[in-house]
Amino acid sequence: MTELPPSDAVPHLDEVRDRGDAPRGTGGAAVALADRRGRDDDRLRRNAAYLGKRLLGAAVSLVAVIFTSFFLFRIIPGDPVRVMTHGRPVTIEQKEALAREFGLDKPMLEQFVSYLLGVLRFDFGESFQYNRPVLSMVGERLGPTLLLVGASLAVSAALGLWLGVQGAWKHGSTADRVNTGVALTLWSVPSFWLGLILIVVFASGLGWFPTSGMKTPGVTGFDMVLDVAHHMVLPLVTLVAVVYAQYLLVMRSSLLDEMGSDYLTTARAKGLRDTEVKRQHALPNALLPTTTLVFINIGFVLFGAVLVETVFSWPGLGKLFYEGLSVPDLPLVQGLFVIFSAAVILMNLVSDLIYPLIDPRVRP
Amino acid sequence: MKFRTNPGGRGLRTVLSGLLVMLLACAAALFAGSGAHAETKDEKTLTIAVSQEVDSLSPFLAVRRITTALGRLSYDFLTNYDPKTGKTIPALAESWTTSEDGLTWTYKIRDTKWTDGQPITAEDARWTFDTMMKDEAAATANGNFVENFESVSAPDPRTLEVKLKAPQATMLALDVPILPKHKWEGVGDYSKFNNDQEFPIVGSGPWVISAYEVNQSITLTPNKDFWRGAPKFDKLVFRYIDDSDAQVEALKAGEVDFVSGLTPAQAKALESADNITVNKAKGKRFQAITLNPGAKLQDGTAFGDGNKALQDPVVREALVRTIDREAIYKTAYGGFGEANGGYIPSRYKDYHWEPEGDAVIGFDTAKAGELLEGAGWVKGSDGIRAKGGTKLSFRFNVHADNPQYVQAAEMMREWAKEAGIDLKVEPVSEVGALLDAGTYDILTTGWSVNPDPDYILGINRCSGLPAKVGGPYLSDAYYCNPEYDKLYAAQLAELDQPKRAEIVKQMQEQLYKDNVFVVWGYADQLEAFRSDTIASMQPQPDPGGNYDSQDGYWSWWSATPVGEEDEAAGDSGGSSSGLMLGGGAVALAALAAGVVFLRRRGATAADDRE
Repeated sequence: MTELPPSDAVPHLDEVRDRGDAPRGTGGAAVALADRRGRDDDRLRRNAAYLGKRLLGAAVSLVAVIFTSFFLFRIIPGDPVRVMTHGRPVTIEQKEALAREFGLDKPMLEQFVSYLLGVLRFDFGESFQYNRPVLSMVGERLGPTLLLVGASLAVSAALGLWLGVQGAWKHGSTADRVNTGVALTLWSVPSFWLGLILIVVFASGLGWFPTSGMKTPGVTGFDMVLDVAHHMVLPLVTLVAVVYAQYLLVMRSSLLDEMGSDYLTTARAKGLRDTEVKRQHALPNALLPTTTLVFINIGFVLFGAVLVETVFSWPGLGKLFYEGLSVPDLPLVQGLFVIFSAAVILMNLVSDLIYPLIDPRVRP
Repeated sequence: MKFRTNPGGRGLRTVLSGLLVMLLACAAALFAGSGAHAETKDEKTLTIAVSQEVDSLSPFLAVRRITTALGRLSYDFLTNYDPKTGKTIPALAESWTTSEDGLTWTYKIRDTKWTDGQPITAEDARWTFDTMMKDEAAATANGNFVENFESVSAPDPRTLEVKLKAPQATMLALDVPILPKHKWEGVGDYSKFNNDQEFPIVGSGPWVISAYEVNQSITLTPNKDFWRGAPKFDKLVFRYIDDSDAQVEALKAGEVDFVSGLTPAQAKALESADNITVNKAKGKRFQAITLNPGAKLQDGTAFGDGNKALQDPVVREALVRTIDREAIYKTAYGGFGEANGGYIPSRYKDYHWEPEGDAVIGFDTAKAGELLEGAGWVKGSDGIRAKGGTKLSFRFNVHADNPQYVQAAEMMREWAKEAGIDLKVEPVSEVGALLDAGTYDILTTGWSVNPDPDYILGINRCSGLPAKVGGPYLSDAYYCNPEYDKLYAAQLAELDQPKRAEIVKQMQEQLYKDNVFVVWGYADQLEAFRSDTIASMQPQPDPGGNYDSQDGYWSWWSATPVGEEDEAAGDSGGSSSGLMLGGGAVALAALAAGVVFLRRRGATAADDRE
């Protein structure tokens, strides 16, 4: 058994409380303290093991992604030099010079090693097409994507969860059937099609909203905030409409699972109000599966919404990835792939770590 | 308690109030946005919808259509192309002379200024060409133009002298932006310099690039001192709209004034729209197929797995005779295009050639059958001709992202079947990889042709073949004919334009006869603009020409706003949108009242239950 170091800078919370509560100087108390320390220690070790396992899993996934990323995009047919020079009056010397500049003339292993060394320094190289560091291009477009997809995640989660709770509580009612039906219909609508319909009706038809883009060129200051909000409505509505169904359905079914439980009957028998039974007892338990869903979706936020970003010309990451793939612009797609995957892995890890905090049953 | 009898009531209210809250949020944003729009009203802005991203604003690196066009607008070249005829006319070079041997070219540089007020001298031009000759990175985009340069000098501020290694006819088609030496010579590494940090960008063209928001917009302002005269609009904005259908909607909404690259269906739909003019310009681009004549390296080593039957000229001619070019343009291109077998598009009158009379290898499936029959290709039980174990069954790989190509290929498959030829149409995302490896029989292709035909002719030289498999090459069809190469060299050295044009026509005739590079014709370039914003613009060529991607800056330089003098024109638009906003406010008030009502009823119901 390993002892906690006496000079532990951040003592365990229980330990602090124990020290304060336990009357010092009596032998029995000292034994009890040691005993408790032992149990704490045991729990700590289990916690550490849980944490370590999750961290290791994430690290292994990340390494696999980094390796895959390099080879995956080299399997796709396509010669960046040919694609980039197609239709241009170039000489063979210019083509050779480009291949040299991109490092494509070097053996595969050498390219791989320099890619790995770069990734370790968080340097994904320079985009073939844009002569700029991949990271700075990602930085430029991160904001618009986070804004749009983040907002849509928040709105669709809130809307979906809320409607899901209502639906489950009054399951089988007209409202439930209508809500679920509408959500499922929208879920199966292609987002680019819905986006285009919204543009035709509300932008070019009624003229209420701009057809596309994120802002009007030349607008600054607070006007710009309003202008961006104005531009964001249609893409946001599109994104929310096609995804909120998943929150609704998960929430609805997990709440339905809880509804027959004995503890709810007990709660009702105690004379609690219906809303209290719902809020205090049923909901917390039903929220668990949704938490995982939300965190996984946060991870996918970076990936953006390629189709919606394209239909609405939203200057985000999704379009960048698409443009990179068509060349293929190897440093760009490699970098984006690693960054996207890392975000998903990280959010999965976070949800794994948070889960035990909200659900005692999975505590190690 | 009465509400208990209606368990769905509260849920339904929830749905409705949820929807209303969303509507209200949208409406708030809508009103917020309408304020932001107003401030750009008094300026005359010409907004062009674009989708291609900027690769680099450095003319040394820029190779894309959008950035080479920006280079055209913001930097003068030595020469330009007449908007009406396409002939070379003076630009930064006022005049030029050639030595007897054709090896020395002397240009007289115009006395004018950079947009920062510094004078433009021959030294700027010398420095630009010299840097491209000496620095590999600076040669990235336009190195081909200086490949044959021996040296460049500027004996005085108004004289530029270029010495060549061998005579070349393209010295009046040097499409290279001349850069201000005083701004550029301090740049260290040209491969890392994108010219996008300091605005406005110092140039010499009719427009000045004054702002750039990545993937959102590029804003240009007029060069008031431009020697040919200042542009008439106050602002030229290239606005990013990625999706082609969304571009059309933005045009209808008046958010942009010009869209290009329309599909035939979009053009047809826009023809009936109010205040929109559709322009069907003669195409710069040809559409074609290439028949694999047996992929070879420069040293003659064969590679790939092309069907050997296509190495027989009779089979190639028979196959070409099953193509109804007229039907392709009528059906697949909706009538927007010209069927023509000539390699250089008909808009370039000086160099265009097309077959006449007996020389035409026209659509005639019966004749195709006879040709094959005569050469010993006989039909088998499956209706496909064969000879000595080789079947006339060809893979036909088509660009999957081009619906017109795919449709034309399907049509060709039907015609070929009549002559006993089997075409297996297979759309693919990457045609280039098949070309690299020589693992194809028939491919679709298409090229944009410049006013000077040198480059597009050059790709079919034997020296355009790869030196090794996987190595770089220029060829698009593995065409190699020593006769053609001789003609190519002759046209490049011929400084007399009419004589050179004659040789260029002979080359096209040779290509046509060999049936390796089979041109279908030229699809129209379809564009549309708001006729309530743009009163007039200069097309190229005139008449029947295009506005977008011209060889020159004519369209955006000459564009004239509607009603420059008529100040009252803006009013009507304002009042009608005001009316709409007013109507919207009434509707919103009603909606808000509805929400409040429903929420209150909900509250009562909840109280009742307790």
